[in-house]
Amino acid sequence: MAQQRVIVVGGGLAGLAATIRLAESGIGVDLFSMVPVKRSHSVCAQGGINACNEVARQQGYSEYEHFDETIYGGDFLADQPPVLEMANFAPKIIDLLDRMGVPFNRTNEGFRDLRLFGGSLFKRTHFAGATTGQQLIYALDEQARRWEAEGRVAKYEFWEFLWPVIEDGRCVGIVAQDMRTMQIRAFRADAVVMATGGCGLVYGKSTNSVICTGAAAARCFQAGVWYGNPEMIQVHPTAIPGADKLRLMSESARGEGGRVWVPRKKGESRRPKDIPEAERYYFLEERYPKYGNIVPRDIATREIFQICVSEGMGVDGENQVYLDLSHKDPEYLTRKLGGILEIYEKFVGVDPRFEPMKIFPAVHYSMGGLWTRYERGSYQPASPLPGHKSGSRAPIGAEIGQGMQPGSPINMQTNIDGLYAFGEVNFAYHGANRLGANALLSCIFDGLFCGKSVENYVRDVVASKGQADQVPQGAYDRVVAQEEAKQKRLMDTVGRGEVAPEINPYQIHKELGTEMTAACTVVKSGPRLEQALKRVEELKERFARARLSDSAAWTNQSFSYARAVGDMLTIAEAIVKGSAVRKESRGAHYRTDFPERDDAHFMKTTVAKFDPASAQVSVELVGVDASLVQPRKRDYTGKSAGGSVEKKAAASPAAV
Amino acid sequence: MNLASSNSISAQPGRTIRFRIKRCDGPGKPSYWQAFSVSPEAGANVLSCLQQIAANPVTADGQRTTPVVWDAGCLEEVCGACTMVINGKARQSCSCLVDQYAPNDGDEITLEPMSKFPVVRDLWVDRSRMFHNLKRVKAWVPIDGTYNLGAGPRESHEQQERRYALSTCMTCGCCLEACPQFLPEANANKWDTSFVGAQVLGQAHLFNLHQTGEQLASDRLDVLMGQGGVSDCGNSQNCVKVCPKHIPLTESIAALGRAVAVHSVKRWFTSK
Ligand SMILES: Cc1cc2nc3c(=O)[nH]c(=O)nc-3n(C[C@H](O)[C@H](O)[C@H](O)COP(=O)(O)OP(=O)(O)OC[C@H]3O[C@@H](n4cnc5c(N)ncnc54)[C@H](O)[C@@H]3O)c2cc1C
Ligand code: SF4
Ligand code: SF4
Ligand code: FES
Repeated sequence: MAQQRVIVVGGGLAGLAATIRLAESGIGVDLFSMVPVKRSHSVCAQGGINACNEVARQQGYSEYEHFDETIYGGDFLADQPPVLEMANFAPKIIDLLDRMGVPFNRTNEGFRDLRLFGGSLFKRTHFAGATTGQQLIYALDEQARRWEAEGRVAKYEFWEFLWPVIEDGRCVGIVAQDMRTMQIRAFRADAVVMATGGCGLVYGKSTNSVICTGAAAARCFQAGVWYGNPEMIQVHPTAIPGADKLRLMSESARGEGGRVWVPRKKGESRRPKDIPEAERYYFLEERYPKYGNIVPRDIATREIFQICVSEGMGVDGENQVYLDLSHKDPEYLTRKLGGILEIYEKFVGVDPRFEPMKIFPAVHYSMGGLWTRYERGSYQPASPLPGHKSGSRAPIGAEIGQGMQPGSPINMQTNIDGLYAFGEVNFAYHGANRLGANALLSCIFDGLFCGKSVENYVRDVVASKGQADQVPQGAYDRVVAQEEAKQKRLMDTVGRGEVAPEINPYQIHKELGTEMTAACTVVKSGPRLEQALKRVEELKERFARARLSDSAAWTNQSFSYARAVGDMLTIAEAIVKGSAVRKESRGAHYRTDFPERDDAHFMKTTVAKFDPASAQVSVELVGVDASLVQPRKRDYTGKSAGGSVEKKAAASPAAV
Repeated sequence: MNLASSNSISAQPGRTIRFRIKRCDGPGKPSYWQAFSVSPEAGANVLSCLQQIAANPVTADGQRTTPVVWDAGCLEEVCGACTMVINGKARQSCSCLVDQYAPNDGDEITLEPMSKFPVVRDLWVDRSRMFHNLKRVKAWVPIDGTYNLGAGPRESHEQQERRYALSTCMTCGCCLEACPQFLPEANANKWDTSFVGAQVLGQAHLFNLHQTGEQLASDRLDVLMGQGGVSDCGNSQNCVKVCPKHIPLTESIAALGRAVAVHSVKRWFTSK
């Protein structure tokens, strides 16, 4: 019997955590990534990572409360047992990262420092300077390098995943392409872990890195993997519009007295400082006299969006509003907000202490992703408990195995045997809305906790069904041939004449981004979604005729990009269709024609499936496992405890 | 209300600028220069201009050409991918604002790949040597395993701050591009005997500062004592001046220099 091997696609936090866990268990890992893993998108995370901790515990917090907050924040759309397991496991992850040498901020006594983050009354967010994601991924990267030095891990960096090889309903490898030599080849594996991150680029510009196209997930989807809750896309209220990217602006700018406004006159050409007070429209202050600029995040997002997109009042006719701190004392601002104001100055070249910033909401995170399964753990109350009262005693302890069965081979496995989805590409934990600083946690949790599941699948299930090295070669050759044909079709278009904008992949992507941002982010409606679907169809038709401008057989970046544009169109279709099916408002999904949450009909996962014959996406509704805690209204308006939380969140630094 | 202290830049709107780009179709192929005219969008940086060029690759004199190839990731100066030589100096292109580099109509910006690493294509270079060198010095904490064994060592503010500063190194290579002692080496077999460079010295120092990481300090110093180690540094201090993360590299170099001196005396006694 040959040594068993697992392929991990993606070297962000999720992929690296899985790699380390598997290597440690004696399984060989082939790690694929489009960029050197150390440069994965996870480096962007600034804010922190959540876990119950000793200080919070003594104030009444518990893993159970972390679980409850996550379910509540996600508006009761997530299956509950996996979330319970994640919250219970979280403190162990922090300890492990600490042992790996992550330079977490420290208290005077040398303990790990904590900060307050949105969605909780307790300090439960651990952080390392302003670059927590970077620090965490470096720690995992170092451990993976250690295994690489020992020969247990082989890295395939600058390799692009193209397609899973599925034989008899079981994933037995992948086909990938070397981005330099352009060689396409198949790799055998006893199991494959997809850890390829989110899909922000479907919206053109977002807060995501350039590789976050969602193409890898789209390819699995087209190969038969289901996709859960595609419509659940999180938008961050304040980002810095840029020519290439929308960079995060911390919400603390509003908390420190930032005022949001647009000129009253459409088409205003004066500089902001020349516009008198009376001709400025402080729309949040006028519309929400009580909260003013510190209205909760989703309201701020929606209002800014309305002002620009629906009312056409954006600054300079663009999608942007002023976030103004210039009325405050510059020295005070430097003291309170120095770091984040520097980011603005670095990328915009303007000092926000003297001139209003221009900001706009930006697509930030994808709660939806490849659909996965799990085996329930030991905690199975006779009936779901009422909502947890903050600070009160937890009904259960935090032992491992209460939420999910540890090591069960189906944990976070997609509907295809042997094909797993970890990290942001996994739909499992965040329901309809992700709480700040819970994403990094879910990535590492998947890798560590469910890495064991992959190990057991490989050792037990594969052993009984036969290893990948016994699968007939034809299964692999077929997929290679399919991908070569796809490449040939696109490459043959080079030199066929003018690349008119209509058939230019860059233009198609740009238009897709504009349409998706307008129709499918903050404010959705039935008729608008129908229109969006038509637009996506039209773009697909244009993509089928797309022309490329580089025929190089070496490092052909624009070809790889064009291929991904095709995949983004598929994800876009799933997002639009999921949004249309969900005739309610929940979490990040808001429909003007159905403004209320409707548990009776829609406390359900939208499961998108792809039919290869018709190349069409269909969407089904599947019930949610809400057996642990009863759904209740998600209300941050200030009457409940949650309200003050949201207010604090707006005021706390780097709420991401 | 002090308008005079506003430092906002006044770049000419609607201007056209030129990018002169040093291109190369692949390893072993000759380099050549091409110029492109770009009308930068508001807030443009070098990468957003390269995106414009990629979408419509036509040179300044109207010739159709292939899109320029480059490397990028985060677009917020934290992944290190997009480093290139801009107007003669290595830096990240995603944070390089065109309004500052070319504020007037007709201004020119020159882009070249880093010279210390083999070119893959155009502005994209192969920096695997930097990752390889991290293995040379065992730049990791040798933990017992990933199972739960409680927290790591407690640490003072000061120590955390020292380690954090070193730990923000994004493997970009600016310090190596600027270093007179770090030379290009295409032959991977020679990497283990060539100068490690400031990036790796900073990382070796980082792990020597950690209570558990220190267990491998002796192995690290063995390497840094040998060929290509810390004594190859000529102390020109170029590295520290160009590091975009302001990492105190020369402090690391000095600390390792001292440690290596002590270590070699110890070795001299124990090996006899
Ligand atoms: C600006 C910003 C700030 C954030 N801040 C926080 C925060 O403070 N706290 C928090 O919890 N979360 C935060 N998040 C969210 C969090 O950073 C991400 O959800 C998380 O890092 C995703 O990690 P991942 O491992 O799933 O994937 P990623 O880190 O995105 O990695 C994906 C990997 O897959 C590879 N890949 C992709 N496609 C292919 C392919 N076709 N072939 C081969 N390889 C491929 C890539 O090369 C990469 O290695 C933030 C996000 C952003 C954008
Ligand atoms: S101080 Fe040493 S490492 Fe830094 S640039 Fe000079 S020679 Fe290179
Ligand atoms: S030390 Fe500084 S310049 Fe050198 S690689 Fe690291 S971040 Fe870049
Ligand atoms: S793209 Fe990451 S540093 Fe520029």
